[in-house]
Amino acid sequence: MNILLLWFHKLGSPPTFYRLAGLLLPWCYGIGLVLGLVALYGGLVLAPRDYQQGDAYRIIFVHVPTAWMSLFAYAFMAANAFIALVWHIKLSEILAIASAPIGAAFTLIALVTGALWGKPMWGTWWTWDARLTSELVLLFLYLGVIGLNAAIEDRRQAARAAGFLALVGIVNLPIVHFSVNWWNTLHQGSTVRLMGPSKIDAAMVWPLLLMALATHIWFFGSVLMRARIALLQLEGGKDWVRRVALDEGAGND
Amino acid sequence: MTPGSTPAACAALLRRDLTLVWRRRGDAFNPLLFALIVVALFPLALGPEPEQLRRIAAGIVFVALLLAGLLALDTLFRSDYEDGSLEQLVLSPHPLSLLLACKIGVHWLTTALPLIVLAPLLGELLHLPGEVRGVLVVALLLATPLLSLIGAVCVALTVGMHRSGMLLALLVLPLYVPILIFGAGACNAAQAGLPSLAPLLWLAAALVLALVLAPLACAAALRISIS
Repeated sequence: MNILLLWFHKLGSPPTFYRLAGLLLPWCYGIGLVLGLVALYGGLVLAPRDYQQGDAYRIIFVHVPTAWMSLFAYAFMAANAFIALVWHIKLSEILAIASAPIGAAFTLIALVTGALWGKPMWGTWWTWDARLTSELVLLFLYLGVIGLNAAIEDRRQAARAAGFLALVGIVNLPIVHFSVNWWNTLHQGSTVRLMGPSKIDAAMVWPLLLMALATHIWFFGSVLMRARIALLQLEGGKDWVRRVALDEGAGND
Repeated sequence: MTPGSTPAACAALLRRDLTLVWRRRGDAFNPLLFALIVVALFPLALGPEPEQLRRIAAGIVFVALLLAGLLALDTLFRSDYEDGSLEQLVLSPHPLSLLLACKIGVHWLTTALPLIVLAPLLGELLHLPGEVRGVLVVALLLATPLLSLIGAVCVALTVGMHRSGMLLALLVLPLYVPILIFGAGACNAAQAGLPSLAPLLWLAAALVLALVLAPLACAAALRISIS
């Protein structure tokens, strides 16, 4: 068998994944934490004040990366759900379900920091604007996936049903985004662009992008952590889990 | 029709579902009563001033019908699941998506269509301007099949669960957001004297898409939850 394919198949097997995730986990958390702290220092101390919004704009360094992550986590969940439904890979089911609560948390942080930012800038905590509304709908979609997964007894069936819902949601998400845009818009447009010049100063951009990188790495750390625990629960009676339990028990003594 | 062919199976299913609804025809009035009561609650809560009610009438009628449809969704597969005939449908050699499309069609005919007939009356209770009435009915004719089709996918995912009502609402309502925006948006545009054709066309486009995709998705979801 092709080496790459062999590696891929091995990665899909729970014991190998469990071991590899255990190796990667401290690095993900460590690098994510360090990069996040550097980005926070850059954003809160080094970056200049905004001429219009003063210091209040600095919440952007939390608000925008978490808002990006809320979409990225959904895409990650839906991609894994798709793989799980088409090729019946157990690991993808677990990764999809593991990313749902993390994505929901990012969405909630984006909404809360947005409210905190909105109070001084717009004079209100909440407004029925297009982006806010679609972010709220995104949170409901996450909660639906989590709720459906929790409501079904059989773990693998629950993961497949919740994954299917995530896929239905991703078809719907652009429609929601488009329809609420058509409905009402107050939120400022995108200031950071991949293509062409950004409408934001370079001294403000680098902490923002660094924070985005940090949240991505932290997200993968959290997903690996949750997936490891979910694997242990799912494979409870198997030999490798017993060995893991015995090894870690011996290590603690 | 040849016995055993797919058209014959669909016809038998349609006849069976319609007969079942006819035998329990009292149940068909429940969504109507529900929508009527919900609409009656709004003047009680907001005050009886016709001006204020007229402004929000179309939106209230839309939301009331949406909620009535949500409550009625639960009956789509429940009795079939309980007596085992749903499993027979899944096992049958005919395309499951087609059979489910028949079921969804009957469900729409028996729950949503009476609600649409009632809608002008509900609008009258809230002093809805006469020129908006037509747009409201057209918007509902396009929106309610969409609600049934999308709802059916979510019902298929929760089939067999006890007390799935609240969960079903959590799954379905976020997916209903665009339909509500376009449907109620068309009525509000008509009320403001603006052209209302564009949102109606969007609804029609979404309906065409859902007519093709939703039965397939519903079949896939049902296979997951009855495996």
